[in-house]
Amino acid sequence: MWSRETIEWRLWRVFRVLSILFFVVITAFPFYWMLNLSFRPFGDVLLNPLRWVPRIEDIRAALAPIGCIWHTAPQCEAAIRNSSYVAVLVEYGFLTYIRNSTIVSLLTVTLTLLFAIPGAYAVTRLDFRGRNTLSWGILLIYMFPAIVLGIPLFVFFVRIQHALGIRLRGNLYAVTVIYLASTLPVALYMLRSYFPTIPRDLEEAALIDGCNRLEVIWRITIPLAVPAIATVALYTFMIAWNEFLYALLFLVEHQPAWTLPLGLQQLDSQEVPRTFLMAGSVIITVPIIVIFFFFERFLTRGLTAGAVKG
Amino acid sequence: MNERWMWKGRRPRSLKAQEARLAYMLVAPTVFIVLLIVIFPMIWNVILSLEPIRLADLPRVNLLDFHHFTLRNYHRAITARGGYFWKVLVVTFEYTIGSTILALLMGLWAALIVRDAFPGRNIVRGFLLFPYIAPVVSVAFIWKLMLDKNIGVITLLLARLGIPPISYLTTRSYPIHIFGLEIGVPLALVTVILFEAWRYFPFAFLFFLARLQAVPEDLYEAAAVDGASPLQRFWYITLPQLYAVAGTLFLLRFIWTFNKFDDIFLLNGGAAGTEVLAVQIYNWLFARRNVGVSSAVAVIMALVLGVVVFIYLRWFVQEEE
Repeated sequence: MWSRETIEWRLWRVFRVLSILFFVVITAFPFYWMLNLSFRPFGDVLLNPLRWVPRIEDIRAALAPIGCIWHTAPQCEAAIRNSSYVAVLVEYGFLTYIRNSTIVSLLTVTLTLLFAIPGAYAVTRLDFRGRNTLSWGILLIYMFPAIVLGIPLFVFFVRIQHALGIRLRGNLYAVTVIYLASTLPVALYMLRSYFPTIPRDLEEAALIDGCNRLEVIWRITIPLAVPAIATVALYTFMIAWNEFLYALLFLVEHQPAWTLPLGLQQLDSQEVPRTFLMAGSVIITVPIIVIFFFFERFLTRGLTAGAVKG
Repeated sequence: MNERWMWKGRRPRSLKAQEARLAYMLVAPTVFIVLLIVIFPMIWNVILSLEPIRLADLPRVNLLDFHHFTLRNYHRAITARGGYFWKVLVVTFEYTIGSTILALLMGLWAALIVRDAFPGRNIVRGFLLFPYIAPVVSVAFIWKLMLDKNIGVITLLLARLGIPPISYLTTRSYPIHIFGLEIGVPLALVTVILFEAWRYFPFAFLFFLARLQAVPEDLYEAAAVDGASPLQRFWYITLPQLYAVAGTLFLLRFIWTFNKFDDIFLLNGGAAGTEVLAVQIYNWLFARRNVGVSSAVAVIMALVLGVVVFIYLRWFVQEEE
């Protein structure tokens, strides 16, 4: 006879293996399917929707244009015409959107760090009236619906355009400032929980040696907080790279300013083959997954520090 | 002698006052940004909700005409289309609560199976975070395509199991028969909720995993010595350790799901009984081109969220005591 202990234990082990398989399938398969469809011609997808692996010749055709970067062969024109990646990048303007998304994301990272590092330092190390209100208030913003901020800002942008003739809609830099509403709370919150772990003695020693506070921040706090700052930078980058709602509200009228998520969403129409949509998805997703795998340890810690809302 | 130059003509300030002054300088840029893109829009949103403005009038109309303040927008928001607003409110809660609970349960399940080491655990853990870190736009389109009526891989696989191909994201109600009874399942809403659970379980997973790994091993050993079976150990030791983190997670996920716009907008645009408040605000502004009513719904949404969070916190804090 098996004891209750053994029976439950064996059942649990079987259940655990099945569960692991289940989770791997549901998390990895959609991304595999995206890749699969992005490499196949749309005609083939319509005929054989359940082809699990793309044919070799289709993969070769999808990758053929890479060879054309270095030397132009006569078959290059055909190769370019047949690749969904080239179609998306060139004909549908994804090269521009990649550039825009990169600019917006890097600028958001820079501005966020520029504002959040001094702010978080003041909140953790300096004593001033309104300090608690400030740090709680910032957290509240994090809980506020983005769409509710979006509408008045949209109205504001329209008015500015008519009153002063400054076009803020369709302006990448204006939208970057709005992105700060979603990145600053994250950055302040994470830095505020990291700065107290830096020993105060070091800062005080530097103050006695004649540094002023700004020098202390620059020479001591920032170098010691590099891991936290890196995490914040990565998250801010990912938030800006993935952001959709504000891009839709503020950039949609001016195609040259579209970011990748907006560009992809605008591809979603009956006239565009679904395989192009998947090629576009690959282009947006791959950088994020690469970043994630390189910095997984930083990022996982940041997630549990309550960092990223979704 | 920098200091003297800075304070010339005045009494040298105390160290404390100097520190505060520096602090204000350091937080000023953040405060400025917050005032500009958070506080000011919030106030302006309330003002807009009290004025009869349509999108087309926006460039010309006087936005600070306090004589025309009216509550008509609120009236319209609530009564338009035969009280459709209430339906949207109910759907918002069903969607929010359904996705939150499912995401938490899936996260707990995933955390339990990944807690103990096995070959390849780190890779599996990495995979489990994919849905959460990937851009919404691409995951929404992947699922939309996998659920496509004609070429969707999920639709076709389910068809092989005998479920006729249907459009999962645009079918409002799908009749199923149980014991001769016909029940209409709100298929699109259920599909959207499942998508949300899939996308956001990793967040709960990470929190539960961190908490599970902090449960002291000797608790389990002591229970095993006392003859508790694995299931009993889970029920009486593991679960109680997770209540607090589950409460926090529920609150966070509730708030963020309640506020969500992107996911439903991208999956089916709020069609077939999946329109939530955030999508309704957008539709009032851009489909029906009414700024005033759109802002009124936005104010209502913020208030509803505030009230729910307040009640939850009160209740939760009392439970803790």
